[in-house]
Amino acid sequence: MQTVVNLWPLIGVFVIIIGFVLRFNPLLVVSAAAIVTGLAANFPLEKIISEMGEGFLQTRALQLILLLPLAVIGLLERHGLRLHAQNWIASFQRATVGRLLIMYLFVRETTAAVGLTSLGGHPQMVRPLLAPMAEGAAENKYGKLPAPVRQKVLAMCAATDNIGLFFGEDVFVAFGAIALMHTFLLGSGLDVEPLHIAFWGIPTAICAFIVHALRLYRFDLMLERSMAEVAREEADAAQELAR
Amino acid sequence: MIISIEYFYWLAGVLLLITAGMILTDRTHPKRWTSGLFWALFAMVFLIGDRLSPFVVGIGVLVMAGIAGIGGVGRGTHAELHVKAARASAGRLGHKLFIPALSIPLVTVIGSILLKNTQIGGVPLLDPKNTTFVSLGIGCMVALVLACILTRDTPLQGLRESRRLTEALGWTMVLPQMLAMLGLLFNDAGVGTAVAHVTTAYINMDYRLVAVMVYVLGMALFTVIMGNGFAAFPVMTGGVGVPVLVGIYDANPAVMAAIGMFSGYCGTLMTPMAANFNIVPVALLELPDKYAVIKAQMPTALMMLVVNIVLLYLLM
Repeated sequence: MQTVVNLWPLIGVFVIIIGFVLRFNPLLVVSAAAIVTGLAANFPLEKIISEMGEGFLQTRALQLILLLPLAVIGLLERHGLRLHAQNWIASFQRATVGRLLIMYLFVRETTAAVGLTSLGGHPQMVRPLLAPMAEGAAENKYGKLPAPVRQKVLAMCAATDNIGLFFGEDVFVAFGAIALMHTFLLGSGLDVEPLHIAFWGIPTAICAFIVHALRLYRFDLMLERSMAEVAREEADAAQELAR
Repeated sequence: MIISIEYFYWLAGVLLLITAGMILTDRTHPKRWTSGLFWALFAMVFLIGDRLSPFVVGIGVLVMAGIAGIGGVGRGTHAELHVKAARASAGRLGHKLFIPALSIPLVTVIGSILLKNTQIGGVPLLDPKNTTFVSLGIGCMVALVLACILTRDTPLQGLRESRRLTEALGWTMVLPQMLAMLGLLFNDAGVGTAVAHVTTAYINMDYRLVAVMVYVLGMALFTVIMGNGFAAFPVMTGGVGVPVLVGIYDANPAVMAAIGMFSGYCGTLMTPMAANFNIVPVALLELPDKYAVIKAQMPTALMMLVVNIVLLYLLM
């Protein structure tokens, strides 16, 4: 057990960490990590570069999700999609960022749990619809948001989409991850029904909804507090000016 | 199959090539030549990638990384529709603007679920291995037609918008693919075995709770490194899950697997390695802090790790 494991490829992990921390361009960091890892595993350079090319080709489908919707989304944005989404949500008096995102989290997680994972997503849902709606709900209540607060709202939209997706999709029995787990366990001599694996994901999925919904509820309180502070500062500044 | 994923690779390649062409002919572009070359190289991966040797593609990838590294991927200026005109158009079109936007997910779902097994004359309609991607591609084209009819704008304007957003994303767009490539290489080089060795060899797992914690936190840590829970699962489950949790503590393997994978997902929420979930949205939402989405997710992910430890301990 002692000597068989080659620990040198871990250098690649350090290259990644150091590269990300020092904020070098991530494409360069990843290339460097790939080459270092390959060399540490005693691959010849030519094989490393071929493997990089091979891997890059194999994962092209990932790119389609991002690239293909851009023309439509751009066209609709040009004609006021984001503006309309913002105005529409502002017409609901009781809408807040937290409530909107809790509702979205629920819909995203439950639809993902029945296999409808492509109902959300960053290019086609978060950027053109969810983010402007959240911004509209916040501005309806507090007026124009200062940049740092606005950025927090937008980041929370993206985070909520991810969390809803992740903790929903794994409960769906025909999802790839379930098949992967089933196959792997079978290979280790454990025959487990895929349905059972999906079923035992449910407690975590419910807890994830509760945890994140509570955070979103508190996010509203945080917004309230920081906007009250902004208003107070502005009032102080106005008073100063009047004097 | 009638509709193969190949066609959408070509479509993606053509879109990227047009973007490159628009940049190369744009005299006002600050990084005209390097940006043009970057997107043209990326287009080639989609257009002729299969006919090139992997070595040549690898060199292309390195050149792209080099261009991005010297800051050679810039952003051109773009004539946006005047705010007033956009407002007028939003007022005129109203809720109809949602139709094309929502038709992308709708068509994707219909295609990947209802048309999944449809055959015409014994030939499958959609690429059986890639139904979701192919359905998404069809959805985007349906949506583009609807959007053009609705806004009375031209497909050419759609191409300009595609270029605008592609340039707004910049090199970030390539990052998920680069990281997926790195994940494959990590696997081949045995990074997984090395991490499993480090996480398991020096910890005494005589206590049930410690063993549970090693498995849950190991899944998360390993996913943070690889950017993908699927890569972590075989390593941690083979290293700790099956021999220790099932073998010694008699855990229910279904519970262990389900909660183990979710622990990996907690890792996914915390790592820049999962670029398509954590870094790409930062670019899409034009946020200045690269880690803004990760920071927003971090508290949920950490709390869920604690929840997972408790649940696995109680339920297994």
